[in-house]
Order: sequence, then structure tokens, then C-alpha cells
Amino acid sequence: MPPFLYIFLGALAVVSALGVIIQRNPIHSLLALIATLMTVAILFIGEDAVVVGFLQIIVYAGAIMVLFLFVIWLLNLQVETGPTGHLALKFFGSLAAALLATELFFILAPPHLQVKFTHEPVGYGSLASLAGKLFTDYLVAFEVTSVLLLAAVVGSVALARRLPGTDDPRAARKAAS
Amino acid sequence: MIPLTYMMSLSAVIFAIGVAGVIIRRNILVMFMSIELMLNAVNLAFIAIGSRLGSMDGQVIVFFVMTVAAAEAAVGLGIIISIFRNRETVHADDLTLMRW
Repeated sequence: MPPFLYIFLGALAVVSALGVIIQRNPIHSLLALIATLMTVAILFIGEDAVVVGFLQIIVYAGAIMVLFLFVIWLLNLQVETGPTGHLALKFFGSLAAALLATELFFILAPPHLQVKFTHEPVGYGSLASLAGKLFTDYLVAFEVTSVLLLAAVVGSVALARRLPGTDDPRAARKAAS
Repeated sequence: MIPLTYMMSLSAVIFAIGVAGVIIRRNILVMFMSIELMLNAVNLAFIAIGSRLGSMDGQVIVFFVMTVAAAEAAVGLGIIISIFRNRETVHADDLTLMRW
């Protein structure tokens, strides 16, 4: 990718990331997050991580964000109105984040970060090379991941279900008032 | 190829925006989105360094981070729905039951 495209995509990613935390409507935050994820996915592809870039679009921007969308829709969240909260918290929060960014920048700047540049081998970032690594060096981690996903499925169903015999607290509250 | 410093700065800035979102916003759902933002910033750093080292390890780790993010999103949103059903709020300041 030409350098100006990197600059453009980087600016787009930062602006849409700011949009996530600035928008007052959760749906708008979510759309900004999807824009950030897509931009980062294109940056992945530009960095020769083609498979991971496409996985990012399919899994992250596709599946996980739809899950968020369903929850916003299910909870019927509206634009936040009323007082915006603690101004001091916002001020010091932004200050802390700016300090963190500066600190990270100095830690990750080249004099400290010694990276020996190596030429990428043939087929770098292809599905075959990713799968080859995944099913040899990382086989145990891969299998453990399946247990993690099973635990997540069981856990989320257990959390979201209504216990038998207990009334819906919202219905009970409505009946009482 | 673009210098590594550029990619790392971009990653640092997105991570800091995510941290700011968790601190500033009081809507649990938006705080959750900010966490996803931080995960993505770290993924970007992994990919950038991996491609310069010519190693696939970074990409495999990004793959695992995505899996963990999916599991985390499923469980976290389950918790948010459960909280909303009981308390009818997604505002973090309203959840003070366990506060002294």
C-alpha cells in the first residue's frame, strides 16, 4: 500500500474511534466502532495479514457487532439525555488517556523497540501458513479455545435465561405501581 | 513499507481512546465497546511487528484474541441483559448496590 493510504486510513481509524466515545446515541457509537474495525482490517491486509484481515471483517465487524446491535435493539436504548455526568471525571479521564498515549509512544518509539527486520517468507499471511502454525505450534491453545467457547455459550445462556418459578421483575414492578 | 513507529503510534492512540472511553462514558454498553477498541489496538501492534519480523506468531495470537473477544462479548452482553432485566438501567453509576 502506498504511504498516503496508510496516513488516510490511520486518520480515519482515529476519527471513528473518537466517534465511539463521543456519540451520545449507542447506535451511532456502534456504527463508529464498525468503521474503526473495517479500517483496522484494511490496515491488516496492507500489512500482509490477509486472512486475519478478512477474519476481522467477518467475525468482528460481522458477527460480534451484530450481537451488540441486537442487545441495543433488545434493550431499546435511546439517545442519552439529561446531565452529561461529572465534568471533572471527563477532564481528568481525557488527561490520563493523553498521558497514557504519550507514554506508550515513548515506550514504543524505535530506540527502545529493537526489531530485527526480516524478509517475509513466501506465502506469508496466507491461509496455509496460518493454519500450519495453528495446528502445529499452537495446537494445545487451539483445543483449549474450544473449551473456552463452550464455556462462553453455556455461561451466556445461563446468565440470560429467566429462572423457573421467579416472575419477571419488570412485570412485577409494573403490577405493583 | 511504512515505518514501524507510525503503526505503533496509531496503535497507542487507539488504545488510549479506548481507555478514555472506559473512564469517561457511564453507559455500560459503550464502555464495553471501548474495551473492544483496546483489543483492536493491541491486535494492530501484533500484526505490525509480526509482518516486520517475518513471523506468523503475531497473526496466530490475533486469531486467539478474536476468539476471546467473541466469548467475552457473548458473556458480557448476557450480563448486561441480566442487569437490565433486574434494574432497568445500563448506567454504571446507578449500580450501587454493593457500594458501601
